Amino acid sequence: MLKKLALAGVVSLMGTTAWSACAFENTTEIKSLSAGFEAWKAVTDAMAECGNVQAELDQEFRTKQPAAFEANPSLYHIGGVSNGTITPLLNAGTIRPLDDLVAKYGSHLKPNQLIKIDGKVMAVAMMVNTQHLMVREDVLSEMGIPVPTTWDEVYAAAAKIKDAGKMDTPLGATMKSGWNLAQEFVNMYPGFGGALFNDDNTAAVNNDKGVKALETLKAGMQYMDPEVLVSDSTYVQQQFQQGKIAMANLWASRAGAMDDEAESQVVGKVKMVAAPMAMAGGAPATTLWWDGIVIAKNISDEEADAAFRVAMEGLDKEMVMANNDAAIWLVDGFVPGATAEGAIATATASPAAPAYPSTTRMGLMHTALGNEIPAFMTGERDAAATLAAIEEAYTTSAKEAGVLK
Amino acid sequence: MKFRTFAAFVGPSVLMMVFFIALPLVSVFLESFKVTQPVMQQVEVETCTPGFLTQTCTTELKTIPVIGADGKVETTTQWQGLQSYRSVLQMDKVWAAIGSSEIGSILQIDFWKALRFTLMYTLLTLPLVIGVGLIIALTVNNATRALRGPIIFVSLLPFIITPVIGSLAIYWLFVGDGILTAMMERWSGTNISMFAQAWTVELLMYFYRVWHVAPFAFVIFYAGLQTVNMDTLESAVIDGASRWQRLRHVIVPHLMPLIVFIALIHLMDCYRVFEEIVGFRSQAHVISLQWLTFDFLVPDDAGNRAISRASASAMLTMVGIVFLLIWPLRRTWRDHRGGAH
Repeated sequence: MLKKLALAGVVSLMGTTAWSACAFENTTEIKSLSAGFEAWKAVTDAMAECGNVQAELDQEFRTKQPAAFEANPSLYHIGGVSNGTITPLLNAGTIRPLDDLVAKYGSHLKPNQLIKIDGKVMAVAMMVNTQHLMVREDVLSEMGIPVPTTWDEVYAAAAKIKDAGKMDTPLGATMKSGWNLAQEFVNMYPGFGGALFNDDNTAAVNNDKGVKALETLKAGMQYMDPEVLVSDSTYVQQQFQQGKIAMANLWASRAGAMDDEAESQVVGKVKMVAAPMAMAGGAPATTLWWDGIVIAKNISDEEADAAFRVAMEGLDKEMVMANNDAAIWLVDGFVPGATAEGAIATATASPAAPAYPSTTRMGLMHTALGNEIPAFMTGERDAAATLAAIEEAYTTSAKEAGVLK
Repeated sequence: MKFRTFAAFVGPSVLMMVFFIALPLVSVFLESFKVTQPVMQQVEVETCTPGFLTQTCTTELKTIPVIGADGKVETTTQWQGLQSYRSVLQMDKVWAAIGSSEIGSILQIDFWKALRFTLMYTLLTLPLVIGVGLIIALTVNNATRALRGPIIFVSLLPFIITPVIGSLAIYWLFVGDGILTAMMERWSGTNISMFAQAWTVELLMYFYRVWHVAPFAFVIFYAGLQTVNMDTLESAVIDGASRWQRLRHVIVPHLMPLIVFIALIHLMDCYRVFEEIVGFRSQAHVISLQWLTFDFLVPDDAGNRAISRASASAMLTMVGIVFLLIWPLRRTWRDHRGGAH
């Protein structure tokens, strides 16, 4: 009991020191809405140290954000976005250019962090994220398998592990039908050098690169859990932690969880390497993502001023030093640890993996992919028919959305 | 009753029904014939995004909406007739499939795939719900008084649980190495994956729905059993009727209006099956009509939602429910008229 009390004392003391960690005392009411993963928790906690900050961390933020920012005055001052979810805000013009504020308060920001659209800073990035390969180093070296660099090698390694009876399902994948499965195609198809669209916004997936991408995705299924079509990032992370799989192309933001002693049985055994290539000499078959902050347009300049200052406090060196392994930070002060190796290798590969495009048509394409690919994975439809169905679904929704005439 | 009193009692609920049921329905109906689009323009945009060390800047032709003078996205609304219904139903493909006698390929189209499941689900669970509900009611009715309270409590539990939570609970019990799957694997000695193929997923859904709704049928039947005419039952016993004959010729006819009532409610509820799809993550194998509408409505990352098609799909769902309800409604109507004379 005494120990507990003492601990509580220490915690509250830490609270007070943390309070003074903010360089200024914020007197304006500031609200933020962002996703709810670990890195956002670290950032919003650091922002809260300035006082008068209400942070909402909500996995449904992408549904709420566009409408909330369109209100006048905007319901939130700070928004947490990624290159996928910034699109509706950019389109509706509900976020403000940040050049003045960056000049005033952002001298410590690296030029790499400034997301520029037509020369104007529209967002400040804090971290990069990407799907890259995680492997059980101990299993691979025990069986004398070199770390795979292409998908063919990944499957060959999986076959070896499975045949040796080491694991029934050596491979994990985020193939939950819908967004996740679509993302797998968005990773794989450019890996074969494919482009998703023609210049006139029509879809361009129905070709032999599309067939190859689909068939490569399906070829892995024999090494995966039969229920892979319901498996999302959390499920794959748990499969890793419980030692059920040896390899998976998983989000970098999940890397820290592998070494979490409270959850993981494979602490220190999972190695992060670059995302596998779809074809030799190509780019890693993945897309690069960033997460960062935007400031609403429909608020007063004073509020924007305060909001940006608070956000900068959230994205400072102290926050990164305290949460070094929570993300692949772009913020000054980040020391890449072992868990960051895979993401950095992926992001700096040459040729580099493309960034996930922030366009209206991409949202429509992503939905079409997510709805049509499952029928291919379950074997109801062949690759060519699936690709035709994807193009058709995209065309229908693009016409409804006004992207296609 | 005086008309004024009647109006004062009924007025508020009629008003609510107009506001919350009739007006939204009219609006959805109109929306299904319209399409509202932002005015799009093609602009060359340079976008700079971070790699890990340096930025990559790309210049591409982007299609973005035009922002009007008021700072809002400019939109146009057009009447487009039956276009949304055509996009949802895809009749041209259906006729082509019938023409080439490949009926199976109709089920590749989302709407027909969803309709197949929704109809089968509704019609197959109906007799199961009524049957299981009746069995529980009869069991409780015949149980000793001391046991009735606990049995009623336990059998009502599934009905109290929020549907989404109930379906998630079943999902977690069976997914991967969930407790029940692990138990079945130990029994059978084979590796079982309940969520890997369509038929096992559907089986779990049937199980879930009956588990969830049977208590409702049970409560209604149990109340009905209390009003069975004892004289008729006793004379049936004296006439030498077996237990089964008493059930078939005395109890079930007595409960018939209640059976029709439960059928009515169940058809309405079950045709809107939705929670199971989300809770079981079954989109790859099985989808329902209500889920299809939901899927149209959910915005993607870029903020697009297919409101017109969602409206069309919602209207089609409603038409389906109306068709299903014709039989039980006509029956209740007949009974009521019969009762009046």
